[in-house]
Amino acid sequence: MAGEATRRLGRGGGTALPGLVARTLAPGLVESLAAQPGQGVVTVTGTNGKTTTTHLVAAIATAAGMTPLTNRTGSNLERGLVTTLVDAAGADGRIADAARTLGLFEVDEAALPALFPRLRPRVAVFLNLFRDQLDRYGEIDSVAAGWARMLDAGAGTPTLVLNADDPSVAALADHARGPVVLFGVEDRSVALTLAEHATDARFCACGARVKHEAVTMGHVGWWRCDACGRARQAPQVFARRVTLSAESSEVEVVSGEEQATLVLPAAGLYSVYNALAAVAAGRALGIPLAASVDAIAAAGPAFGRQERFEVGGRAVRIWLAKNPAGLNEIVRALLAAGRPLHVLAFLNDGIQDGQDVSWIYDADLERLTARLERLTCAGARADDLALRFHIAGRTPEATIGETGPALEAALAATPEGGTLDIVATYTAMIEVREVVAARAGERSYWETA
Amino acid sequence: MTSERPSLGTIRVVSLYDDVMSVYADRGNLLALQHRAAVLGVGVEVTRVSLGDALPVEADLLLIGGGQDREQRRIAQELATRGPKLRAWAADDVAMLAVCGGFQLFGHWYRDGQGELLPGIGLFDVTTVAPGPGWARCIGDVLAISTLDDVGEVVGFENHGGRTYLGPAARPFARVEHGFGNNGADGTEGCVYREAIGTYLHGSVLPKNLALLDHLIEAALRHRYGRDVRIAWEQDLYAARAHHAAAEVARRRAPRFEGVARP
Ligand SMILES: [Zn+2]
Repeated sequence: MAGEATRRLGRGGGTALPGLVARTLAPGLVESLAAQPGQGVVTVTGTNGKTTTTHLVAAIATAAGMTPLTNRTGSNLERGLVTTLVDAAGADGRIADAARTLGLFEVDEAALPALFPRLRPRVAVFLNLFRDQLDRYGEIDSVAAGWARMLDAGAGTPTLVLNADDPSVAALADHARGPVVLFGVEDRSVALTLAEHATDARFCACGARVKHEAVTMGHVGWWRCDACGRARQAPQVFARRVTLSAESSEVEVVSGEEQATLVLPAAGLYSVYNALAAVAAGRALGIPLAASVDAIAAAGPAFGRQERFEVGGRAVRIWLAKNPAGLNEIVRALLAAGRPLHVLAFLNDGIQDGQDVSWIYDADLERLTARLERLTCAGARADDLALRFHIAGRTPEATIGETGPALEAALAATPEGGTLDIVATYTAMIEVREVVAARAGERSYWETA
Repeated sequence: MTSERPSLGTIRVVSLYDDVMSVYADRGNLLALQHRAAVLGVGVEVTRVSLGDALPVEADLLLIGGGQDREQRRIAQELATRGPKLRAWAADDVAMLAVCGGFQLFGHWYRDGQGELLPGIGLFDVTTVAPGPGWARCIGDVLAISTLDDVGEVVGFENHGGRTYLGPAARPFARVEHGFGNNGADGTEGCVYREAIGTYLHGSVLPKNLALLDHLIEAALRHRYGRDVRIAWEQDLYAARAHHAAAEVARRRAPRFEGVARP
């Protein structure tokens, strides 16, 4: 179909164009296609973790005998969804094997209100709401208000899967028309001892300031509002105990009456939250905890999210950094490695990265500086990133704008047997992952789809 | 790196509402100030003042950043009670940098996107109106030429719904070459009153506008010691390169300001 045609034309893959065509051709198409999956539709939204959580829910659903129909990473706006649906339909406009199909879509947080009534999800997952790309999304209050209005306007009685620890997400329970499944972390040993700088959404739905007894990341944690009495509710799906290490995490998960130990092949507490969200979504779909935990443990990383490659005798790990909260979590995960770090950091300023690069000043890069053995700054705004580290007290060994040369230089400076950690904004991640995968002997992203 | 440099003294800095008003990483301004001051041999004493805290008796430099409408509503009433002291400081040549939402509330008033009128402190002779839904925000890269001779070209990123208009007594901080500026119509950017500067520029603005940063440090030293304290020019290649990169991006990406006549 059109997707194949544009992909064959080469450059950039074909994830958005056919959607545009189909939308012009047939109004009501999304509604008719989205109504076909016999297992219903799941939406996953939030600032950070959409792709990984969708990836984990897909693994859970597959293990439970469903056939997930998912949109590809980066195609989480209306056009990308239309493309996914159109590509899945045959010439007769029917989705094959519809009875077993689960529509599973990561949806951009700002695009969700317009899509929600058309997709009529069975389960809607809300992960978190952080300050992100203000030039694109506007102020985060308007995103939260848009979600609430969308739920009030109604579209069936979806089960809401909500992060109990994020006050602006948990507040959506007030607008639920169906069941609510809360997920969260109960193990306070993972709370931050030092508040991170990049806190936001610090105000309750009532307008008063939210208070935190402890935070796990950003404004996420054990919160309450003295003015109106809203407070974090005990989640049905939670991590009772969390043990974080450099490469993986061990999590004792409780879901209602069930409990299981999850060995998560990903670093960082944010990965734990993504896994809990996926377990909670599985619960909303009627899948037992043990099955969900096994499926998550067996699932590899999502595209460009802590993916590991081997290049010329060096391990290369790719981290996607989109905003201050996400970057802080990466810093935390890198520090957990407890060894000198070789870091190649990319800052691009495309529309998908955020054209305003100010946000790097909201991330606590100061924490990383003492552990950096070697730092290369790269990307379209490599100079801005180099200045940010300079101000943090750690000037980079090299500043190289172009992807290929930056990667070569950073690899050459990484000792054999060592690890190069690549931290990159969205478009830079796509570029560098392509080069790394090619060097590692894997096929490119577009070819494997 | 500069341990042999003689100390030029210490400036007293007030960071106002930085826990509420730092939505566009204006925190970078304080980080850049601390870094630059250390290089120049200037000590910095920072007092953070948030809701409910008293202002210190004296200050040489005050920083305030931007916030969402909701955050501006939270601070506006209390800020208004601090107006007399802040205006007296400005009249006494305390250096100030007020960015975006902070700039708006340092004017006479701000009518926000929901039509609510927030009082300002009238330190700058400006008023701001957010035209509300249906009107695009002014978002994008900025390249402007400062009206302050020692500051010159400034670069940054703007993101504001409010349109700010200068009163008859007001002097703009800069003339826009690329971007929207105060209101997208008259080519002005920000405002200067004595040693106080208001601007819409994020970026953060001080790290890559070193001349502006040095200008503020000199003004703060002058206030503290009652005489000119010349800081020795110290090159900073990282700041210069980031400035250059941002200027190139603005020239490539932001519309050239066409000099529409003032309404
Ligand atoms: Zn409240």
